[in-house]
Amino acid sequence: MELTQFLNEAWLSRGAIWDGFVMTVAISALAIVLGTVLGLFVGIALVYGWRPLRFLVRLYVDFIRGTPVFVLVLASFYILSVVGIDLTAFQAGVLAITVFCSSHVGEMLRGALAAIHRGQTEAAMTIGLTFRQTFLYVLLPQALRQILPTWVNAATEMVKASTLLSVIGVAELLLATQQIISRNFLSLEFYFLAGFIYFVIDFSIERLGRWVERKLAYS
Amino acid sequence: MAEHLLVIENLHKTFGATEVLRGVDLNVDSGDVVSIIGSSGSGKTTLLRCVNMLEDYHEGRVLIDGEEIGYTRHDGKRVRLPNSTIARQRALTGMAFQTFNLFPHLTALKNVTLGLVKVRGLAKDEAVGIARRWLDRVGMLDRQDHYPSQLSGGQQQRVAIARAIAMNPKLMLFDEVTSALDPELVNEVLNVIRDLARDGMTMLLVTHEMRFAYDVSTTVIFMHEGRIHEAGPPSEVFIRPRTPRLAEFIQNSSFRA
Ligand SMILES: Nc1ncnc2c1ncn2[C@@H]1O[C@H](COP(=O)(O)OP(=O)(O)OP(=O)(O)O)[C@@H](O)[C@H]1O
Ligand SMILES: [Mg+2]
Repeated sequence: MELTQFLNEAWLSRGAIWDGFVMTVAISALAIVLGTVLGLFVGIALVYGWRPLRFLVRLYVDFIRGTPVFVLVLASFYILSVVGIDLTAFQAGVLAITVFCSSHVGEMLRGALAAIHRGQTEAAMTIGLTFRQTFLYVLLPQALRQILPTWVNAATEMVKASTLLSVIGVAELLLATQQIISRNFLSLEFYFLAGFIYFVIDFSIERLGRWVERKLAYS
Repeated sequence: MAEHLLVIENLHKTFGATEVLRGVDLNVDSGDVVSIIGSSGSGKTTLLRCVNMLEDYHEGRVLIDGEEIGYTRHDGKRVRLPNSTIARQRALTGMAFQTFNLFPHLTALKNVTLGLVKVRGLAKDEAVGIARRWLDRVGMLDRQDHYPSQLSGGQQQRVAIARAIAMNPKLMLFDEVTSALDPELVNEVLNVIRDLARDGMTMLLVTHEMRFAYDVSTTVIFMHEGRIHEAGPPSEVFIRPRTPRLAEFIQNSSFRA
């Protein structure tokens, strides 16, 4: 009976699957948080940076966004060690996805800030807010609210991108699944199971995002 | 020299190659209500925006209570003041815009308290007290928890005026605050301004509401091609214009005595 065999095998490998799941969540969460923080600075530099800085950051964003994540993962693992920066596979992988995430968040924030009507800044200035205060209390909250849906989307993309760390040997969910399959050959069933788990993670992120969006709605 | 609240001296402003203000001189005393009228493009908005440094200008001076706004002089050269100083100076005046420009992510109440807390450094309770008083004054207290998108244009403009006035400016600048409103909402906003004028608020207001300017102003200024073409009390400017240009402008306006 195939189903009982699958359930049996799944039960036997529950530890490996759980570890893979935890690793996937850890990579994604780290990369999303770090990438978002870095991305906010990228966005700020793109809009308000001193010209040469803005140019460099623009270059960074376009370069990263134009590069497949797979290449970023390989590059941060293999190339950085060539120049003497030795990172574990986990660190290299998180770095690659963080960088990827930051370029997207930066571009989102730039767009959102640029789209805010000039009258907002002027109104803030006329009540005597400094530029820094205007940014913190008037522009940034509006921009963050604006990018939230896109940001949630990007976050789910980062989870998907974490599968690429399997090629550099990080035991995340996909690699764990592949290792299980190499033992029991139930490839269809276990890939399906892995796919289902990814769906649950992304679905949770989306629900959470919608919830936050409703909380922050102002109309 | 007698201290005027606002002194504008020989103000020149160019955008690229076009000179938009060509030497404006104006004194405003405490309690004055000065209306600025004139055809489109004559420089009315630009004049207001130079007073609070939303625009830099190239020549001339603006003084509020004797303090030069925006610039200082070093060895006879004009130097722009640091942004932090200009931010402080901007709080000397309040401005209401044609497009309201309320902060959409904040409730009516928070729109008003933001500056009180962050600029004037008041404690939250005190700020809320002041904000509620002004919202009440403009008839918006019952909507204090509404977001701007939940308010009509007239209501938004009244909140915007409360936001500006709550900062306790020495001078209010109004730039066509009713132009973006549906006709039936114009009066609720004009009444608020009329009320403030009666209370002795000093104001400089650009308007196309001629009847309103006639009623509330102590002085009316007619701008033409970047200069003050004619100025005087409303009874002179509207009823007995001295220049043909102003006579024509009044003639073509909606004003009827
Ligand atoms: N940011 C700008 N850049 C270039 N030109 C400008 C700018 N702002 C205003 N101008 C020009 O300056 C002139 C005066 O403009 P201003 O807005 O002060 O006129 P106004 O009297 O307020 O007119 P309106 O009644 O239409 O509001 C116009 O010719 C306008 O095109
Ligand atoms: Mg104008």
